[in-house]
Amino acid sequence: MRQMWWKVLCVLMLAYTVVGGFLMPVPRLNIVNETIRNLYFHVPMWFAMILLFTGSFIYSIKYLHSGDLVHDIYSAEFTKTGILFSLLGMITGMEWAKFTWGEFWSNDPKQLGTAMSMLIYFAYLVLRNGLKDEEKRAKISAVYNIFAYALMIPLIWVLPRMVDSLHPGNGGNPGFNSYDLDSDMRKVFYPAVIGWFLLGLWMATLKIRVALLQHKDDNSFQFDTEKQ
Amino acid sequence: MPTNTLVSLVRKDLLIEWRQKHTLFGVLLYVGATVFVVYMMSGQPEAKIWNALFWLTQLFVAVNSVAKSFLQEHPNRFRYYFTLVKPTTFLLAKIIYSTTLLLAMSLVSLLLFNVLLGNPLEQIGLFVIITCVGSISLSVVFTFLSAIAARANQNAALMAILGFPLVTPVLMILSNLALKAISPVYQPGWWSLAAVLLLLDALVVVLGLILFPFLWQE
Repeated sequence: MRQMWWKVLCVLMLAYTVVGGFLMPVPRLNIVNETIRNLYFHVPMWFAMILLFTGSFIYSIKYLHSGDLVHDIYSAEFTKTGILFSLLGMITGMEWAKFTWGEFWSNDPKQLGTAMSMLIYFAYLVLRNGLKDEEKRAKISAVYNIFAYALMIPLIWVLPRMVDSLHPGNGGNPGFNSYDLDSDMRKVFYPAVIGWFLLGLWMATLKIRVALLQHKDDNSFQFDTEKQ
Repeated sequence: MPTNTLVSLVRKDLLIEWRQKHTLFGVLLYVGATVFVVYMMSGQPEAKIWNALFWLTQLFVAVNSVAKSFLQEHPNRFRYYFTLVKPTTFLLAKIIYSTTLLLAMSLVSLLLFNVLLGNPLEQIGLFVIITCVGSISLSVVFTFLSAIAARANQNAALMAILGFPLVTPVLMILSNLALKAISPVYQPGWWSLAAVLLLLDALVVVLGLILFPFLWQE
């Protein structure tokens, strides 16, 4: 139970995010109106996704360094959780875009960059599922993961900033930082980021524990009768 | 010594290519047929569509010609190379070989595009340079992916699955760069976009050289 505290923190933060996010005052802005509350849900998804993919990247490097299959399991489960968060971020983003930009999909460079990174990680899953041999799967997918992450993340961060985007802070649109994200919103936004990220971490650790048990089970040379 | 091995590895690949002419002409035929199909469907399109079709063709030509770099080798032969050369030398040799091949194929397809789909190019020299840089970028990425695919049970389809999302941004940058050679529109940030592409290429090579030794071990 020594690792209990951050789970409690996560639940508290998220409860606060949901309650505070819907009830606390927000700035009145044209077009955005009340949908600005989506900031507490959409943006933290992306932060959590990037952090989870970064975790997966780090564990891939660790795997190549050590050859320990446990690191491979960490890396894979972080990626899977990251993909879930990227889907959620995409859904919340598209819903928000429908109300503010008029369309679910409006060819925004950030949407495109995200769609591309999702495709890359789907390809990672295809690659993993295509390989049966554990060692080989771990090695090849670690190599691909490092390659993809190192190529992709700079692109997601750099390219949309070089072209006009509908997102706040791009192409002449005011950023939330300039005046919209006022002190009232910050009070909810920062806890929301921490809360959602901790939730992602929690989900990943649960998945990792299941995968580790599975791994142990698959690799123990016991007869079925002994197991019971 | 390493440069010697590098040169002889590249020479070996090119020699094989030259002696087994059927594969070389197979790829050439593939390029010709692809451009012809594009021509049959689109006729002589306007400049922007021309550009898009050209880069799409480049993508498919790259997948098919670069796939050979690792996938044409018998898996057992890798073990033989393993005893002879350093993995980085081997990867570099493959990159040089596939770049040479793709450069030739790109120039052929550019020529065919000019003949069949018309010539919207305002600055031919610039477009040829961008085509060359483009084929270097594509072949570098796909060589590494072909190495991954070769390790993953020689699965050629995997290369396309892994590669398409990865090269989409590269293709977007390339087609935006190429627009300058097509229409005389003022494009702000052209040089920084070109710099991003070159940095990306350097990053791919460096990453490949770092990661390939891990892939190489059994």
